[in-house]
Amino acid sequence: MRAGKPACAPFLEYEARMSEQESAPIVSLTDAAKHFGPVRALDGVSLSVRPGDCLGLVGHNGAGKSTLVYLINGGLAPSSGEIAFPGATEAADAGVRSVFQELSLCPNLTVAENLRVSLRDMKGASWRRTAGDIITKSLDQIFPGHGIDPNAEIDSLPIAERQMVEIAIGFAPRGTKARLVILDEPTSSLDAGIAEQLLTHIKKFCADGGAVIFISHMLGEVFEVASRIIVLKDGGIVAERPTAEFTRRGLVEAMGHVAAEGTEAAASAQRHTGEIVIQTEQGLTARKGEIVGLSGLAGHGQAAALAKLYLSSSSNWRAGHRPKCVFVAGDRPRDGVLPLWSILFNMSISLLRQVDAWGWIDRKAERAKSEEWKRRIGIRTDDVENPVLSLSGGNQQKVLFARALASTAPVVIMDDPMRGVDVGTKQDVYAMLREEASKGRTFLWYSTETEEVCQCDRVFVFRNGEISAELTPPNITEERILEASFHMQEAS
Amino acid sequence: MSAQSASRKSGSSLAALSSRPWIWSWTAAALAFSATLWLTSGRGAGELAYAALSFGAFAAIVGLGQMLVITLGPGNIDLSVPATMTLAATLALRAMGTEPGTAFYGLAIALATGLGVGMANYALIFLLRLPPIIATLAASLIYQSIAIWSNRGLRIKPPEGLADFSTGRFLHIPNVAWIALGLAILLWILLERMTWGRWLLATGQNLRAARLAGVPVEAVRAATYITVALFASLAGFLLASFSGGAALNMGAEYLLMSIAVVVIGGCSVAGGDSNVPGVWGAALFMFLVVSMLNSYGTGAGVRLVLTGSIIIAIVIAASTRRSKQ
Repeated sequence: MRAGKPACAPFLEYEARMSEQESAPIVSLTDAAKHFGPVRALDGVSLSVRPGDCLGLVGHNGAGKSTLVYLINGGLAPSSGEIAFPGATEAADAGVRSVFQELSLCPNLTVAENLRVSLRDMKGASWRRTAGDIITKSLDQIFPGHGIDPNAEIDSLPIAERQMVEIAIGFAPRGTKARLVILDEPTSSLDAGIAEQLLTHIKKFCADGGAVIFISHMLGEVFEVASRIIVLKDGGIVAERPTAEFTRRGLVEAMGHVAAEGTEAAASAQRHTGEIVIQTEQGLTARKGEIVGLSGLAGHGQAAALAKLYLSSSSNWRAGHRPKCVFVAGDRPRDGVLPLWSILFNMSISLLRQVDAWGWIDRKAERAKSEEWKRRIGIRTDDVENPVLSLSGGNQQKVLFARALASTAPVVIMDDPMRGVDVGTKQDVYAMLREEASKGRTFLWYSTETEEVCQCDRVFVFRNGEISAELTPPNITEERILEASFHMQEAS
Repeated sequence: MSAQSASRKSGSSLAALSSRPWIWSWTAAALAFSATLWLTSGRGAGELAYAALSFGAFAAIVGLGQMLVITLGPGNIDLSVPATMTLAATLALRAMGTEPGTAFYGLAIALATGLGVGMANYALIFLLRLPPIIATLAASLIYQSIAIWSNRGLRIKPPEGLADFSTGRFLHIPNVAWIALGLAILLWILLERMTWGRWLLATGQNLRAARLAGVPVEAVRAATYITVALFASLAGFLLASFSGGAALNMGAEYLLMSIAVVVIGGCSVAGGDSNVPGVWGAALFMFLVVSMLNSYGTGAGVRLVLTGSIIIAIVIAASTRRSKQ
């Protein structure tokens, strides 16, 4: 695929040659693995994509979907194993494209200019017109009647049209023709009609010898468009079969654990009849002494709901001696750690109003409290005056836990707080949460790990920023949560 | 504080000393001091130190205020310092009208002006969501205009008692330096020993994280913008009394000065890290370096170039030291 060097006009000729068929795989992975430190994001995946394939890729959060995409499109190098592009040296040469859900267009450039960004070889004075022609043609093919002006700035387009442009750029000829297009949640911001146009185009594209990897939580769409479905779980492929051999139920079960595991934790949780301490417009409720889980796919509004709840129940202007709630951040650099400070100061920042008199900090009490919590939660440091950044991620997280648990606040809000925390610590923290809850504290706990959510007394499942289900024991099982996380609508 | 605790463990006292960012501004001030005295073979040491303390005091007061604002984090700065100084001095001196016994009345007017300016600045930043650099710069034009309008070209002398006080001394140290020293100690206590200081430092490191840890960040920001204006108005009041009256351009050099002493003093421009002693050292240095170049007879142009280069060198020295920790 080295031919794609010349200027403007030959780009259009490329389309004409697009029908050349090759039966060799476009990409093949042999036992490819990717580790981030001790985290095994992807653990030995073998897979090949041939022309004409349309692969549905499904899996729960953290199953390894994104890592797999980045390995295929060359964004990440595998830790071990092999990734080959027969007939090409790298992903770009092989015609591998990816379209992401987080829009990657430049908002201050026009539609045509955004195409040019990914097209290194386009030269000449009239490149804008050429680029405009290419993108319009691609848009016309995929979304007939789209009405998008190639000279419009991305900024001025609604989100759905931006996504359409991004998809069209993915399929447009760019020096090499598109042979494998990876679509990550492409329909999440499109309405049903436009989504249908895209699915139709994918089918045609694959029939003409292209290949697509289609990632979606809309199972109906996956069933409609995919010829083969791959289920990823915990960094490995747990099922790979032609679509016809899957049922919806079977697919959901393949994504989750076996049924027996989820039920035991749920059974141990007792019913709560304490007073309601939290009640939001969205429908989130929590009683005194309850551990309430928030679940669903990542980015479906759980973190936003928790942040909003915290911000509305605390003030920008006043901090009383008895805060109503405290927050445990999961995104440590953004929401939690104060990087210039010691462990001691990081731990005590939420407690200052409890250890001060007329604004004077009682430094003995501050230190004693920190030492106590260092011991209780097991922070690995010889001195709490060491900088907080000298700790590992998991230990930094413990500092944030200590900050919240040491306060007297009756409600603790936790935004996926177990990221980077090792298994042993997790067990300790679970036990600590149970103990605190039995003393009457309420916990709101968003977690991307279903296993953790299954330990809760009540679970709210979020989908598209709304609560799609409220589960109570004995219904808190991985299957129920997955069911509520995914759209189960019939394919039209 | 984290720097101090880190250095406590590093053992050698020299290493501990050089890891404290304030040491650089004090070393530079001492070098400039000795370089000047070397030329005069030691004569006039007392006079030079006295002058440095007098003039350094004004830079220290505005610098300490600016330090608090810069500590609030990236983008936070008060560019209305010169206009605030001029306005507060003009209004105060006009109110006093050279009448004896009106010094405290004048001080109250100056501080009230500072309070008003601080609240106006913060209102622009908070309500209109203007970036502080724009809000304070635009507002300073208004403050300057009010000063021009109320001054009308008159140069009113300060009451005699006030003029004597501001040029006088106590225990061989200028009275204005005592005031600046007192303010520095107050701020140090606030930052190191009080909840409010911790809140300010936390807000400067990461506003969102501080808010989620329960810090009332808007209250902290409001108080800081008001404090810097109060400090500027006090500095303006003292400077006008010191120099025999308010002038419309009296604050001009303190815009750059207030920022330079913060940076040279070893405070983090990225916020979250204040350094009270460093600001004092830098204020002395800024005066001493100019008098050093003066006594070596360099021309005005060369003097500015050298001053700029020396500042850059100190900032580089201080910041590379810190990043090695």
